[in-house]
Amino acid sequence: MENDNIYIPYQMKIEKVTVEAPFVKTFRLRFVNEEEGKQFSFKAGQFGEYTAFGEGESTFCIASSPTREGYIECTFRQAGRVTSALASLDVGDTVGFRGPYGNVFPIEEWYGKSLLFIAGGIALPPMRCVIWNCLDLRDKFKDITILYGAKCEDDLVYKEELEEWKNRPDVNLVVTVDPGGESPAWTGEIGFVPTILDKIAPKSENTIAIVCGPPIMIKYTFPVLEKYGFGDTSVFTTLENRMKCGFGKCGRCNIGKVFVCKDGPVFTLEQMKALPQEF
Amino acid sequence: METEKRSLSKASLATLIEQLNGNGAVVIGPQKKDNLVVFEPLHTLAEMTDEYIATTQSPKDVAFPKIERLFNYHVTQFFVDQEAPVKNYPEVVLIGARPCDAAGFDSLTAIFTWDTKDTLYMERLALTTLIGMSCSSHDANCFCTSVNGHPGSTHGSDILLTRMGKGDFIAEIVTEKGKALYDKYAGLFGPDSGEDKTKYLTEVPVKFDVAETVKKATGMFEHPIWLEQSLRCIGCGACAYVCPTCACFDIQDESAGSNGHRVRCWDSCGFGLFTLHTSGHNPREVQSQRWRQRVLHKFSYMPDRLSLVGCVGCGRCSRACPVDMNLSEHMVSIAEA
Amino acid sequence: MDDIRKKAKELLESHAVDVVIGYGEGTAGKVRAIFPRKAEDAEKLIFDGRCEQNLAVYLLKHEIKHMGKKAIVATTPVMRSILQVASEYQLTQDEVLVLGVSPEGKYVEIADFAAMEAYLKTQDFGIPAKDKAILDKLEGMTLEGRWDFWLEQLSPCFKCYACRASCPMCYCTRCFVEVNAPQWIPIAANELGNVEWHLLRAMHLAGRCINCGECGRACPLEIPTHLLTFKGVEDVKEDFNVVAGTSASMDSLLSSYKADDKETFIR
Repeated sequence: MENDNIYIPYQMKIEKVTVEAPFVKTFRLRFVNEEEGKQFSFKAGQFGEYTAFGEGESTFCIASSPTREGYIECTFRQAGRVTSALASLDVGDTVGFRGPYGNVFPIEEWYGKSLLFIAGGIALPPMRCVIWNCLDLRDKFKDITILYGAKCEDDLVYKEELEEWKNRPDVNLVVTVDPGGESPAWTGEIGFVPTILDKIAPKSENTIAIVCGPPIMIKYTFPVLEKYGFGDTSVFTTLENRMKCGFGKCGRCNIGKVFVCKDGPVFTLEQMKALPQEF
Repeated sequence: METEKRSLSKASLATLIEQLNGNGAVVIGPQKKDNLVVFEPLHTLAEMTDEYIATTQSPKDVAFPKIERLFNYHVTQFFVDQEAPVKNYPEVVLIGARPCDAAGFDSLTAIFTWDTKDTLYMERLALTTLIGMSCSSHDANCFCTSVNGHPGSTHGSDILLTRMGKGDFIAEIVTEKGKALYDKYAGLFGPDSGEDKTKYLTEVPVKFDVAETVKKATGMFEHPIWLEQSLRCIGCGACAYVCPTCACFDIQDESAGSNGHRVRCWDSCGFGLFTLHTSGHNPREVQSQRWRQRVLHKFSYMPDRLSLVGCVGCGRCSRACPVDMNLSEHMVSIAEA
Repeated sequence: MDDIRKKAKELLESHAVDVVIGYGEGTAGKVRAIFPRKAEDAEKLIFDGRCEQNLAVYLLKHEIKHMGKKAIVATTPVMRSILQVASEYQLTQDEVLVLGVSPEGKYVEIADFAAMEAYLKTQDFGIPAKDKAILDKLEGMTLEGRWDFWLEQLSPCFKCYACRASCPMCYCTRCFVEVNAPQWIPIAANELGNVEWHLLRAMHLAGRCINCGECGRACPLEIPTHLLTFKGVEDVKEDFNVVAGTSASMDSLLSSYKADDKETFIR
């Protein structure tokens, strides 16, 4: 980061490209300047602004865990100008990165508790950082359950990780696809995420739930959690909004007086319920 | 520091402007341009006009220009060469900003320096000396006194001039920066004439109690008043762009081949595109939601987060608005709702 | 004016319309658009020489468009705007009831679009003399002279888009400047980008502009943007003998081809 100009990005080289799902890719990025890389740190939950030089910046969470040093990862879906430009890049190309921005999942507060991760579709990336982080500190937590669903099998991201998590005896992984999204060989669950959550009948005692997904999934998931006794301060989510600067100046990501880039993107359900209806 | 009073004759002001120019400062002052009065580089006092309540645009672009280059880049096959812009910001002396304009910089500074520091803004502001001009008249759009301002307020000015009728000026040296300029040109200033500036100031009636209105507005998120007030709003950015406290911006990459640069440019929460997600979802789909954002940002969120009201009552938004959205009128109806 | 107020009151009382779009008193002698929905608010409607704003822009504004049936106080430019956007399938006859106003300020009863077309045939709506004088002067300049003129006029522009927002014909939900793939013109208000914006907008209005001059009036920096679109109006009349806003069933000029179109300008 040159001098004190907060708008200048770090330069990153793409080390690895993984095609997760149709139009969804993960980049593993390493700092071009190793010194900067060594001094860089972040915590699970934070995001960055990623530059496709010539096109602009796009906002994605940092999808890797701070426990894994030397690189950061981001996962994005090709949807517009900048993401299309990023999607056309390959190993060895340069991407800009500004960050880390935003608040963090308060992982230390969860030590000694059970964790229930619930994610849908392209919303697994913002959770993957905190899932990895917690799995890398596995003995600090009691039970860990991961419930992940997508529209169809093809849309499931992090297929490698899902295998890894499935094979861990200390993780209860439940994967589901929407009815109709399964292939004949599918052995996982079939049903919308909130439905499967109900089926799992999660225990809320001493448990933290972390939820991320499309608005429709969130809408039907929260009542299920409530049904099983999860309090509003035991449920966490991560929100997104249109962002540009990432540090609370450009004025566009606010929901009421709350800046998603500064006071978020991580919020408890209690905080979310206090937000005015403009997101 | 304690404000010091001096006097400045018209002739001396003329000399000051010439000498400032001669010493390499960029002097900016209000000038007539067809039907408008605009802040432009000023070379002589003769170019300056005093026939204005407020200029059309605020002087915020001395520190927050409509386009600011953030950095340049050059893309090759193997790397990207980034280069911070060469910062040769000029030394600026802004003459003729009204007390509301001077106070406007508070809001910008609060936004650009809270948490992370926008050094581009800070450095430009640091190089700007503000010689304000108090107000001997006002119009129906002014409401500085409703938002903690005053036609003779020294707040935000480094030196405040008050014109005594059509003649010479009372000069108040307000800040260290003002003192530094005064010290350099002390010969042009005379001693305190003993005149009281109050008799040369206009009186701006208070239209609403800002503290009460802020409290009221904060509880009105779901109120039908936003639709009522914004029916005639056509969603342009005129109000935001002429406003001395509006700081919302966009960041854009502009490139030609392998060379390019990133700029920060003015943006407005009134535009439909402002909060549009790539998915097509827009949290503020209709104009009434965007109008609500404009008002609450200035009169609720900023007071809450930055402890100041994001409005100085200059009335420019109302004057510039093509459809006569009158902010003080709207604030009064919020206060009375 | 009393006739209009009376008519508006009747329409609101009988629920024949849900909202009346008209003019009312504004700040310190200015006039502003008002939207009475209750019969007693019809009293606030005014009409005099100050009433210039082209109110047709509100017919397509989302929150007003969806209020139900609308009546609108319509001077000649407003009527022409209505016909133009109707010819572009943006408005249907049953959405709007026109309360016509003659140039002398008298109420003109307009039953439907056909009646409006017939009324407009009796009206004069050329380009105002003072604007014509400037256009003629510009026409007499060299190409370089005109370019320098517009570069200077447009350099203060800060892309607030008041010109676009005030124009009834600029109803695109995604204007070309809001398309970023590709980014047709820069977002930032630099000199060249400003010229690109205004020229391209004038091009998009060719054959559609009804010379109300609202864009020029709306500009907070008093840039005469209307001169560019007015020039389009002149050129379109000369090259294609088309006058926009005269019929609800006109073909769109630039997207229709007629066998007898002049091609003298193709060199």
